[in-house]
Amino acid sequence: MRREIPLLITGIVGVVFVISYFIPHFPFNMMDGWFSDWFSIIQACAIVLGALNLLLISSQKIIRRKTDWGYSIVVMATFFLMIIAGFSGGVEFRGPDTTFTWLYNFTFMPLSSTMYAILAFFVASASYRAFRARNAEATLLLGAAFFVMIGRVPIGDLITGFMPEGARLSDLTGWIMDYPQTAGQRAIMIGIALGLVSTSLRVILGIERSHLGGDS
Amino acid sequence: MNRRMIEMSILAVITILSIIAYLGKINGWHNGYTFSTGLSITLIILLAASVIFILVLTIKGKLIGRRIVFLYIGIAITLPLFMDISQEIVVSNDVKAVYADLEGLPAGSKILVSFDYDPASAPELQPMAEAFIGECFKRDFKLIMMGLWPMGPQQANMAVDTIMNRMGLTDQDIIYGEDWVNLGFQTGDVFVIQRMGGSFESMFHTDINGRPYQDIPLVKNIKNFSNIDYSFNLSAGFPGTVEWVQVGVDRYGLKLSCGNTAVQAPTVYPYLKAGQLSGLIGGMNDGAAFEKLTQLEGKATKFMLSQSFSHLIIIAFIFIGNVAYFRTGRKSALKK
Amino acid sequence: MDHFGIWLAAFLTLGIYSFLYRDNAWYKLSESIFIGISAGYWVVILFWDNFYAKFWLQRQDDPMLWVGAALGFLMLLRLIPKIGWIARWPLAFIDGATAGLWGMNFLASNIMVQTKATIMPLMGPAFSGSIGDLLSNLVLVGGTFCGLIYFFFSKEHKGAFGNAARVGIWTIMITFGAMFGYTVMSRMSLLIGRIDFLFRDWLGLLK
Repeated sequence: MRREIPLLITGIVGVVFVISYFIPHFPFNMMDGWFSDWFSIIQACAIVLGALNLLLISSQKIIRRKTDWGYSIVVMATFFLMIIAGFSGGVEFRGPDTTFTWLYNFTFMPLSSTMYAILAFFVASASYRAFRARNAEATLLLGAAFFVMIGRVPIGDLITGFMPEGARLSDLTGWIMDYPQTAGQRAIMIGIALGLVSTSLRVILGIERSHLGGDS
Repeated sequence: MNRRMIEMSILAVITILSIIAYLGKINGWHNGYTFSTGLSITLIILLAASVIFILVLTIKGKLIGRRIVFLYIGIAITLPLFMDISQEIVVSNDVKAVYADLEGLPAGSKILVSFDYDPASAPELQPMAEAFIGECFKRDFKLIMMGLWPMGPQQANMAVDTIMNRMGLTDQDIIYGEDWVNLGFQTGDVFVIQRMGGSFESMFHTDINGRPYQDIPLVKNIKNFSNIDYSFNLSAGFPGTVEWVQVGVDRYGLKLSCGNTAVQAPTVYPYLKAGQLSGLIGGMNDGAAFEKLTQLEGKATKFMLSQSFSHLIIIAFIFIGNVAYFRTGRKSALKK
Repeated sequence: MDHFGIWLAAFLTLGIYSFLYRDNAWYKLSESIFIGISAGYWVVILFWDNFYAKFWLQRQDDPMLWVGAALGFLMLLRLIPKIGWIARWPLAFIDGATAGLWGMNFLASNIMVQTKATIMPLMGPAFSGSIGDLLSNLVLVGGTFCGLIYFFFSKEHKGAFGNAARVGIWTIMITFGAMFGYTVMSRMSLLIGRIDFLFRDWLGLLK
């Protein structure tokens, strides 16, 4: 029961989506619609589950006084602060003058942006320490990166401004992006798609069962 | 003085300077600074000379640490923001294609814009969003906005506010619900697009403010993609352009172009070459190019000098790293 | 202007950047605030946009939504270890739906359309292209073909097959190089955005 029912659900749902691709008419279009709606709700619950799990782990950390447990208090406090701000505002909680929007603008936005922006420093440092022309392949990689980095900013054309139009750095970069880059990208894309399609078939047909875990 | 004291002192100095600068801003003691051309050129020469000095040190066998690289990246980005040096921005064919699509649409066309990004990618995508929305308002297109990322619709509202302020438009010029609408966010990633193929309303029963779908004049007669004339996707990853191509374009025949972060842009080139996408604005440079076409120059154009400088500094450090590598017989491990 | 808000935003921004010097309490505090705020943000958004607008407001018009809600509830039972196994049902639904929809999407868009786009007249339609177009298209077609050969591991990469695989890896290396260049561009753009915030919005030093 613990494995058979999930296998059956996976099979039925998967087959419906496959058939509805070829026959987008009743009853498959209707089932496709139901399943898309359900997916949306289940996914929302899965994300909420993640948030609840975070609370659980944080509270356990505080109760057991684990290393850096003080930061878990901050996690929980800010979590509830956002929750209170979001629910006290009613359905228009995203309005321009709500506490939720204030928290979004002055805490979430700067933190989220900076978390990604800090990577600029590490990309630069890693390029300096590890980007080497060790062999022919690495040199090709380095060369392509060089042309793209210089050719995709205005300074590239400033340097090669004396050359005729069509032979400037931006043109060369455009060619790299349109042809060899697209060729490699397409090979990777088709390769991944072939793997994905075969794995999908294995999941739908019940051959691949590892995602269901053990029997317990 | 121990290390901790030194750190605290530096922090205190930075705090005091920041307070002074902030007080200056709010009291109007200063109105921001721009370097003169002479000072800008002097700083550029000094920066170049210091990089050459690092190269010489490297050739002599003295390697620099990663914090020096961090410092140079910070300088290469910050200093150009104070400089007033103009650069010629080249417009690629992919960007021209997006603009040509807009030129080809009649007034009143309904355009679906999906904001699939969060504040982390805003420096790249927000300028594109503003220029695109501004151009649509100029041409009297009707915009239906939504997001597959939860923060997307909020970024959409910000973009509308900013561009309306810049263009001097008021809520009477551009009426919410008639000229544009924000349907908000819905979970389900690609399944949201799939469901919209059958019915928009089933996924977006209300707009972002809780107003029922049927009460919104702009969308009440829009059932699915067949009522949409054109679509534009601002994407920073998953779910985003790939999913819109696979379902919106290939399944439901939507005409789509996109604005992507530079990280994502190379991965969508095969779709562009295969005709699944009609145009692409990739990264801040293309964002500046689109601003140039629309004559709505904004932050992307303003930031281009910093972008150029930071690329040059990275190239310089890659070169220096390789010099160190070859100088030490391809064995050296640089300082961490 | 919100003075406290802008100082808080600057404090948190600099807190994250302090990691560049070394791991420290300021960074950890900012990081913890980010985690808490993000989790809270998601819950609020999902409640209003999904549970309320999608399910609650439409439940009478579309009773089938109750099935989705029930499956969603089963997912939450994972938090109770004794009956946590029942969460496999909604998970199985997610697996089936993803496999079915994604499988077809990737088959159609990433295999069929891309293959069709690769099989094209090298000189363009009606031989309208130039020698340059011919060479460029050869790079595109040959690069894609050889790249695919490189990913074929059921045959040893030797002889002509090995040479084709070598061309494939060269093409892929150019692709990775271009992606690296674009990644640098992206990361720098994001950093410019934050530096602009500090010097323009916070301190007002930029015009």
